[in-house]
Amino acid sequence: MVHALRRKLASRIMVTLTALSAAIAVSALLAVLAFVAIRGAGALNVDLLTQLPTPVGVPGGGVANALVGSLIVIGVAALLAIPVGLGAGIYLSEFGGNRFDDLVRYLADVLSGVPSIVIGIFVYNLIVSRQGHFSALSGGVALSIMMLPSIIRTTDEMLRMVPDTQREAALALGITRWRTIVSVVLPGARAGVTTGILLAVARVAGETAPLLFTAFGNPYWSARIDAPIATLPHTLFTYAISPYSDWQSKAWGTALILTAMMLITSILARRSRRFA
Amino acid sequence: MAVVDGTERELTRSRIRIGDRLFRFWAWSMAALLLGLMLLLIYELLDGAWLALSTFGLEFLTERSWNPVSARYGAWPAIYGTVVSSLLALAVAGPPALLAAIFLAEICPRWLEPSVSFLIELLASIPSVVYGLWGLQVLVPAMRDPIQQWLYTHLGNLPAFGCQPLGIGMMSAVAILAIMVLPFAISVSRDVLRAVPNDQREAMLALGATRWETIWRAVVPFARSGIIGGLLLALGRAVGETMAVTMLIGNRPDVSSCLFSPAYTLSSQIANEFAESVSPLHVSSLMGLGLALFAITLLLNGGARLLVWRVDRGNRRRR
Repeated sequence: MVHALRRKLASRIMVTLTALSAAIAVSALLAVLAFVAIRGAGALNVDLLTQLPTPVGVPGGGVANALVGSLIVIGVAALLAIPVGLGAGIYLSEFGGNRFDDLVRYLADVLSGVPSIVIGIFVYNLIVSRQGHFSALSGGVALSIMMLPSIIRTTDEMLRMVPDTQREAALALGITRWRTIVSVVLPGARAGVTTGILLAVARVAGETAPLLFTAFGNPYWSARIDAPIATLPHTLFTYAISPYSDWQSKAWGTALILTAMMLITSILARRSRRFA
Repeated sequence: MAVVDGTERELTRSRIRIGDRLFRFWAWSMAALLLGLMLLLIYELLDGAWLALSTFGLEFLTERSWNPVSARYGAWPAIYGTVVSSLLALAVAGPPALLAAIFLAEICPRWLEPSVSFLIELLASIPSVVYGLWGLQVLVPAMRDPIQQWLYTHLGNLPAFGCQPLGIGMMSAVAILAIMVLPFAISVSRDVLRAVPNDQREAMLALGATRWETIWRAVVPFARSGIIGGLLLALGRAVGETMAVTMLIGNRPDVSSCLFSPAYTLSSQIANEFAESVSPLHVSSLMGLGLALFAITLLLNGGARLLVWRVDRGNRRRR
């Protein structure tokens, strides 16, 4: 009897401990988000969103150039990564079935585990050191490499979920293979693929390490692709490690903008997946 | 009805074949591009690190000094810092991650589970710099004053707690890493646990086991290699994590047994010095660090993927 009681008690305790651990994980999230929301809201104003950075000690100023710069770099990254990722994903799901696609899948997994800073120095060596200057383009290339694995993987998985009967129906009508893929298979998987791309974009939007030696940063307006450009995560980093309280408070404001962008994208992406 | 004569039919057929072939070739070349990219990555890293490797040889990995003035560069402090910080972070985050994954997969009521999982996944989507900022301004002060000061006064005779607490340093980096790998470790382990077939649970319950005994003796052992794989993946994350660690670890190339003292990791040393390095040997040594980092994560991820894949494949065969 005592033995059974003890076993039941042990079970209760351990089950409570698991719930406690989950609660700890959730409260870690809330602790980070609460500080970002409160301190960020204190620093958020119109200037932060519309003005250029000011030198230390000069009041006002903002991160507008970084906001635009981030959009440009991410845009370049998406333009480069989406065709390659879609193509490779289509290959895996529609033309696969041999050893080569096992290799490609494995490489996509490996690439997603390569640290972002390694991607940064790779692109530095590949582009920046050859051209002799930092550039928005090299930043976009670095981010596009980071996006590739997840775009490939989701495209592959989503296309596989399209039932074979649809492919067979189209082929039986005498439609060519590529036309079937473009007009039947891809539209069938559209929601899933779009979600995957959105999530990939959201994930790299907050990356700093690959931009340190590629996009580099720029205190002025720049929309040029072959010149250094400011980005939100990089500006946030510079402000956060600075010793000036004014800059640190701007770092919180920037953190709020960045986190809000990321959270909204991932929530939207997840919602669209639920409806898909 | 127009009659299509033979030559025209041949023509359309070959046109079809060309279209399909072109499309297939395009898709194939995009996939091949990935292979090319990986090879290029390895080549560029080797090329960049070549000067350092040819100057120092394999001693580069074990040399303890990193001194731009005397032009002696060794990777040991950074390797040591990387290994210690990520292993400790995994030791801190691993047990609660496993428990939380068990909660989500086995215990949590159906209506609550999606929202808790969602919140934990959001934790993974917060950018690394934001963790760094939070760490610098919230975690470090809290670490320095109550926690490290207490450890220093009460356990100061242990080497791990025997130096002046600074706040910034190894211990704070471990703490932020633990928080950052937590959601990742949870979601991989949860998925592995969910894949355990119900027979396992039913058989154990039918023997009269309690809920916890069922989980601990029948479900977890079944998922063991997948869980280990998930933890290895989390370790790979911790090893490569750059920004938050750079902001919290104090950035000094020292090998110290004290957890309060500043240190370096491979990634933080690259992030911190790369833009400011002037001599080609310095740049090349930093590329050498990058190569070492790449090799470590390659080993970890390769091993982990194999473990997770084996579990997946095993389950598929069983079904």
